[in-house]
Amino acid sequence: MKVMALTGNEAVAEAMRQINPDVVAAYPITPQTELMHRFTEFVADGLVDTEMVLVESEHSALSATVGASAAGARAMTATSSQGLALMWEILYIAAGLRLPIVMPVVNRALSAPINIHGDHSDTMGARDSGWIQIFSENAQEAYDNTIIAVRIAEHPDILLPVMVTMDGFIISHTMERVEVLDDDVVKNFIGEYNPKYKLLDVKNPVTMGPLDLQDYYFEHKRAQAEAMENAYKLIKEIDEEYYKISGRRYSYVEPYEIDDADIILISLGSTAGTIKDVVDELRLKGLKVGGLKIRVYRPFPRDEIKEFLSNASVVGVMDRAIAFGSPCGPVCLDVKASLQGTSLSNLPIVNYIYGLGGRDITPKDIIKIFNELEKVRISGEVPNLPRYVGVRGEENYIEQKAKLKIKN
Amino acid sequence: MIEIRWHGRGGQGAKTAAMLFAETAIEEGKFAQGFPEYGPERMGAPVKGFTRIDDKPIRIHSGIENPRVVVVLDQTLLETIDVTEGMPEDGILIINTEKSPEQIRKQFGIKKGKIYTVNATKIALDTIGRPIPNTVMLGALIKVTGVLDLDTLLKNIVKKFSKKFSDKVVEGNVQAIKKAFEEVKGE
Amino acid sequence: MNELKKWFELPVGAVIDEPGNAIKYKTGSWRTFKPVLDKSKCNDCLICWIYCPDNSIIVQDGKLIGFDYEHCKGCGICAEVCPDKSKAITMVLEHQ
Repeated sequence: MKVMALTGNEAVAEAMRQINPDVVAAYPITPQTELMHRFTEFVADGLVDTEMVLVESEHSALSATVGASAAGARAMTATSSQGLALMWEILYIAAGLRLPIVMPVVNRALSAPINIHGDHSDTMGARDSGWIQIFSENAQEAYDNTIIAVRIAEHPDILLPVMVTMDGFIISHTMERVEVLDDDVVKNFIGEYNPKYKLLDVKNPVTMGPLDLQDYYFEHKRAQAEAMENAYKLIKEIDEEYYKISGRRYSYVEPYEIDDADIILISLGSTAGTIKDVVDELRLKGLKVGGLKIRVYRPFPRDEIKEFLSNASVVGVMDRAIAFGSPCGPVCLDVKASLQGTSLSNLPIVNYIYGLGGRDITPKDIIKIFNELEKVRISGEVPNLPRYVGVRGEENYIEQKAKLKIKN
Repeated sequence: MIEIRWHGRGGQGAKTAAMLFAETAIEEGKFAQGFPEYGPERMGAPVKGFTRIDDKPIRIHSGIENPRVVVVLDQTLLETIDVTEGMPEDGILIINTEKSPEQIRKQFGIKKGKIYTVNATKIALDTIGRPIPNTVMLGALIKVTGVLDLDTLLKNIVKKFSKKFSDKVVEGNVQAIKKAFEEVKGE
Repeated sequence: MNELKKWFELPVGAVIDEPGNAIKYKTGSWRTFKPVLDKSKCNDCLICWIYCPDNSIIVQDGKLIGFDYEHCKGCGICAEVCPDKSKAITMVLEHQ
């Protein structure tokens, strides 16, 4: 183990160097560019055996990765925002073909208007594409998750592609202290990749991606859904193995000061860290508050959500993306769906949309949210539409509605 | 936790200095973050960099709004932006200028904080041969705040710069940092 | 065809892991016309063998000996490409 000063992008590139994939195909896009820049340096310096394919678009990047993976290679790519959007049709193909591709995604807002900064709109849009999604709070987690993702993706009972995300700029471009494992430790942990089916195995020829009509398509999709369920069961075993080599224990969710918490704030990614600091601050003032970080977003940790919210009086859910036209943001939808039909069906939940286009979320913003949740706890009046945090005009808008006596 | 904000102009190395300082802290066994502010990055446009240093893991990931220390790489920035914005009353302001702290306070009407000055551009020209003040200011920052060890910084500079630059440039940077460490003046 | 499999019985990712399994699919029933060979006119040029899209021309020791009626769909390409001077293959209605 050694300690390195790395940005999130550099930390993931370091993980990729240690994974030493057979094939990487990529196209540059801010804020992912430095990740691949660093990795291609490793290729140029001969530090990896990777066949590096520089392509003309992200559609091609993922297509080449799919081709390589189908051929039997351990294949990776990485992207952000519009790049992920351009990969869309291939996302479903990678998942449907059950190819264990690992793809770091540096979260960035989607156009229009054009914006290069971090929010979760890109990966949230791909949440139902059949990819496992793991969110990282900091550079260390981005590094660890990338290595763990290889094992998750390639597990014979899972065989699904995995996105490992980190917040654009906030994590990708921030230099932090990262504990990097020894190369051979990583090598042993991920092991050899020996797929059951590979297109280049001419002695055992197979057909991949055949026409699949009314008689079989549904069965294949049902099997794919089961693979996601298997992932939900198996990720904890792989996390446990990783703990043994790294001393860092991860899980589907990470509760923070939750045991006696009346108010719990749920979040993903870098914001979860800021919430921890605020929780400490408010607890010094006697408020019983806690945080719940969702690390594995797909498969959604429905049981852990139920378990950790069971003693809460009120819950806030932070969404760094809008699900346009939906009653609430994507994370909030999943939280609510997980509680429906349980003893927690009536737990007051307030959704907070925040941080779009990289808008900073400060401790002050989070204190405000906790204060509002405390009011909800006392009054029992729960706004059923999302609150927009840190957007100019929102407070005037809410005042105006209050004057006109419009609910929510 | 100490939070530092760096002001410079595109090309002066505010980002590099912010990152380098974080890196040095990490080398020293501390926890740190170094990050730039991304915006319209053009040569000469005002840019900012940020550094956080602590003895325990840093969890916060929002921008730095109330820096205890502000480092200004270019005196002309004082004319156009309020470099003390968000800085607490007892904050520290370190400015690259040939003027004294008293002159700066008077000329720009700065009301708060403790001001330190160092002629980093001249030091850079004398030692490195180019007017790039960022590494020079690291020496002044270490002297004023005592947050990191001078030897660790110099070691890190040598290690990092040796890959990219000639021995002459590396040695120039080392001398520049040492000089700034000696020459920085407070009120 | 075989009985349809259940979702948990299928190879992962819709892979077809049994090469050449198209042979199990008897397309012979699709025919309206079937090819008939007059071996006395055939000079074994095997142009029909080259053109047949269903691999249904049976050749033994370099000689055309007949058709695989389990898979021949009756497309008539073999009769069409059979050289004018021989015209050894003719298409006749299936039930004649």
